[in-house]
Amino acid sequence: MTLAEILASLFPNGHDVTVEDGLVSGTGPFADGRITVVGIDGDTPLGVDGALRLSRIVLDAIRKGDRSPILVAVDSDSQRMSRRDELLGLNECLAHLAKALLLADRSGHPTIGLIYGHSAAGAFIATALATRVLAALPGANPSVMDLPSVARVTKLPLDKLEQMAKSTPVFAPGLDNMVATGAVHVVLDPGKPLGDQIRDLITGMEPGDVRDRLGAERGGRPVARAVAAAVIDQARRG
Amino acid sequence: MAGDRAASIDPDALSWYEATARQRVAALADPGSFQEFLPPTERRMSPHLPLFDLPRAFDDGIVVGRATLDGGPVLIAAQEGRFMGGAFGEIHGGKLVGLLRAALDLKPKAVLILFDTGGVRLQEANAGETAIAETMRAIVEVRAAGIPVIGLIGGRAGCYGGGGLIAGTCSRLAVSESGRISVSGPEVIETNKGAEEFDSRDRALVWRTMGGKHRRLTGGADAFCADTVFAFRRAALGLIGRAPAFDLATLEAEQARLEDRIARFGDCRDATDVWRRLGVNDPETVPAMDTDAFEATVARVREADHDAR
Repeated sequence: MTLAEILASLFPNGHDVTVEDGLVSGTGPFADGRITVVGIDGDTPLGVDGALRLSRIVLDAIRKGDRSPILVAVDSDSQRMSRRDELLGLNECLAHLAKALLLADRSGHPTIGLIYGHSAAGAFIATALATRVLAALPGANPSVMDLPSVARVTKLPLDKLEQMAKSTPVFAPGLDNMVATGAVHVVLDPGKPLGDQIRDLITGMEPGDVRDRLGAERGGRPVARAVAAAVIDQARRG
Repeated sequence: MAGDRAASIDPDALSWYEATARQRVAALADPGSFQEFLPPTERRMSPHLPLFDLPRAFDDGIVVGRATLDGGPVLIAAQEGRFMGGAFGEIHGGKLVGLLRAALDLKPKAVLILFDTGGVRLQEANAGETAIAETMRAIVEVRAAGIPVIGLIGGRAGCYGGGGLIAGTCSRLAVSESGRISVSGPEVIETNKGAEEFDSRDRALVWRTMGGKHRRLTGGADAFCADTVFAFRRAALGLIGRAPAFDLATLEAEQARLEDRIARFGDCRDATDVWRRLGVNDPETVPAMDTDAFEATVARVREADHDAR
């Protein structure tokens, strides 16, 4: 689905969501109030400037104190790779955006990620992965790094990696693999109204971080949850 | 035993950069106080690396446990930059996430994270990326419970990729000159955008753009250390006592701080241009300054110290 199609499905009675420089912002009617929409469209990389524009919108929503939901819609590139961005502290700006979303969640705003295109690396961590529930639409393509780049770094032949990717979800790009690791909670049905599906996600939100449990159940991250639990157990025993 | 030998090393003389993760932890904490969780004897090794015919480590490249620091209880995680570049794999990440979650129960005086990482371990990329997101959420929970999370950065692998984002989530950061903090590494930028955008072989450029001195001058780190374990210990103790709260006021202040930085320095090509605008008289001399001279320079830069993190 395109962003326009998503917004039309979410807000059949209209909205004020706009896209500027690849950055998505605005609101639309939702349940008895409104939902804030932020995000990245058009496979746009996320740099220091964009990160701070999005974080400002999130902080403004928290300051209102109305606990309205925040939807983070993402079709992005990775973080913007440049000398200027790193000189200006891209790590602080991306972390700041993630912290704003995590604070919103703690402050009672349900935060829902919606990945409908690409996303990767730092941009993915600072946006979609900083929400409480991350949903995806079919055709979404989250990744850490594409396979040709993985081949370059690991010095393994591409055809071998492609073969391995079929049997092991832990390193291969793609939506199915991110679902299996628990990073993506659910894949939505584009044939049904999205508003209802997102309302259901908000209603069903669980406390805590359920991603490692999902990863264990789905087999994409077989040991992370058990390892974290073992650390907690040994820490408690003293 | 490597641990015993490490404990006997003089922390005044031990180079943070040269030390292993275990040596750093042993010499940072009060002598003999470190107790490891999931120690190497438990052999929690990556289930994924054999697929790539790669060697595994009994601790998956991270040491986690409890200790005391000046008598106060702390939890410590230390990444081993010599194993897979300290990168986040499934077990590596699970150990850090578990330690942070344990902090909510144990309520230590602080959690210390000794970063030494290139970011996500590509052979376990999806698990590593998700673990970084879980770590950031867990740090926020720990900070919101009033427990400072202090990052110490001065290792061989630096603090890159998702490690840079985790560092930006901490309450406070101490960094040495060798400590580099960045999202995209020099090689990554050069590979994707070309050597004219970033020449990764120009080491002076790397230090200026991502190194500890630049981060300290611009307020990206809160303390600057000489390259000894003793200096990091002293810095950690100082930072624990002045950690900012995690709340809307702090994030509003950080928003203003970062917006101000981009407005003032957004057109700078080089770090020396930034330092000049910060009021450093002789910016070209900064890279060669010793710790004392650099500390004196930092003391004159208003932007270096803040509670906006």
